[in-house]
Amino acid sequence: MPEPVSGPVPARVMVPGEAVGEVLRLDEPLSFWGGMDPSTGRVIDRRHPQVGESITGRVLAMPFGRGSSSGSSALCEAVRAGTGPAAILMGEPDEIVALGAIVADEVYGTSFPVVVLPVDGFVGLVTGQQVEVAADGTVQPA
Amino acid sequence: MALRLDDRDEARLAGTEGEALRMATSIVARLAAAMDAERLLDVTGAHVDACLYLGPATLDFADRMADAGARVAVPTTLNVSSLDLRHPDLYRGDPDEARAARRLMERYEEMGCRPTWTCAPYQAEARPGLGEHVAWAESNAIAFANSVLGARTHRYGDFVDIACAVTGRAPAAGLHLDANRMASVVYRLDGASSELLDRDVLYPVLGGLVGRSVGKEIPVVDGLPPEVSEDRLKALGAAAAATGSVGLFHVVGSTPEAPDLATALGGREPDRVVDVTPTDLRAARDLLTTAVGDRLDVVSLGTPHYSVAELGRLTELLGDRRVHPDVALYASTGRDVLREVELRGWVARLEAAGVRLVVDTCTYVTPIIDADARTAMTDSAKWAYYAPGNLGLEVAFGSTEDCVESAVAGRVVRDEGIWAGA
Repeated sequence: MPEPVSGPVPARVMVPGEAVGEVLRLDEPLSFWGGMDPSTGRVIDRRHPQVGESITGRVLAMPFGRGSSSGSSALCEAVRAGTGPAAILMGEPDEIVALGAIVADEVYGTSFPVVVLPVDGFVGLVTGQQVEVAADGTVQPA
Repeated sequence: MALRLDDRDEARLAGTEGEALRMATSIVARLAAAMDAERLLDVTGAHVDACLYLGPATLDFADRMADAGARVAVPTTLNVSSLDLRHPDLYRGDPDEARAARRLMERYEEMGCRPTWTCAPYQAEARPGLGEHVAWAESNAIAFANSVLGARTHRYGDFVDIACAVTGRAPAAGLHLDANRMASVVYRLDGASSELLDRDVLYPVLGGLVGRSVGKEIPVVDGLPPEVSEDRLKALGAAAAATGSVGLFHVVGSTPEAPDLATALGGREPDRVVDVTPTDLRAARDLLTTAVGDRLDVVSLGTPHYSVAELGRLTELLGDRRVHPDVALYASTGRDVLREVELRGWVARLEAAGVRLVVDTCTYVTPIIDADARTAMTDSAKWAYYAPGNLGLEVAFGSTEDCVESAVAGRVVRDEGIWAGA
């Protein structure tokens, strides 16, 4: 088992913002359209290891993006419906995820940060730990 | 280096050309910054996926753009919507949702998009050529544009598609750039029988295998027969884009940037070489099925939208037979393809056989299939991937031939012969 993140990890900012929340680590990438129900915030992809988990208010850690380009709409709709994540921490950049956050901000003036962590920082994210995402992208235990 | 906008982009961002161009430019520029782009570039066309109703947010965004007078600056096609306007009775969902979905469609038409309502815009006569920069959304269309046409689009999501269409601009980053189009993972077909290599069903299965294992890298497939058909490449790409995040793939001897393996790799050594054995292919095929037993309620074909040739094949496979009365067989296609197939007299034959043709939408994005249906069969790896989550039913994957034989028999039947030697 990797050691949980114990100190600040610098990250590359895709969409800026600040957040605090409990980590939900996705063991596989998730297509937010078709894989998550924006009306409940739950993972519905039955082949996904975290099926049934709620993303609402969580700091999602996801290795890279997957699947549908409608993922941007599904994330934006989740923000509108109040079921969205607190932040998304990626292992690799993903534009479809970033777009969901950018457009939620443009249309509703509220959103969530999307940052990309270096490999050694990403492996330390453990489901259940509380972390804080700072405006400059730094991720650290809350 | 940070993003530098040109004077026109800066002026638009400041609002000098109105709110629609300000917001569209802002979205393109913010995405460009997120992608570490140094500048924007001009695009010659766009394909918009944001026209599928996925809740109030999709309509709120379109209202903001359309109310501000947004107009597309380049020829723009529209992806599937939630409604089949030719066969409105197929819709079994909430009437209020249908009204919102219809309103969303109207708003994109108001912005000057062409009402094509298809996930396979590349099946139209006008399509982008080699090296042409476009902004396409819809994961299978992105993979086809980049891989089969050699056009250049990044993996765009909803909203930035119309923002690029309105501005005629896109981030100069990602798959738009030469340096990011070279393959780094080789999938080498090893030991597949010539019979399997010549069957349509190989291609979605192979695409699923590639999508699940390639990660963020660009794959090249070696060892397929030369000049694989566009329909087969479409199935391969759709599967790889659904199960993974593939926006570009190369097939040696078939796709324009892969005349040979070395060219596809950009003259570099690959990071990985994956030998794909018949056993691997059979395992990948089995992953596409969740159903146990031979119960069958629904057969869904045409994801991505069937081409003229694919509908011709379906007509031929059915012959004079009828779909079993306990089974509903849906075949989805674009309205332009339907028109052509109608002229050939196939629509009457298909409908006489009991086939329910669906246009403008797809059976897994909107309530068309009977809510009591428990098991569905498909020839599409993409449909097999999404349907269990979206529709809450079990899925059986098979070849198009298997799907037709099963629809006629009223239960799942599969020809295991081609996989037996595998």
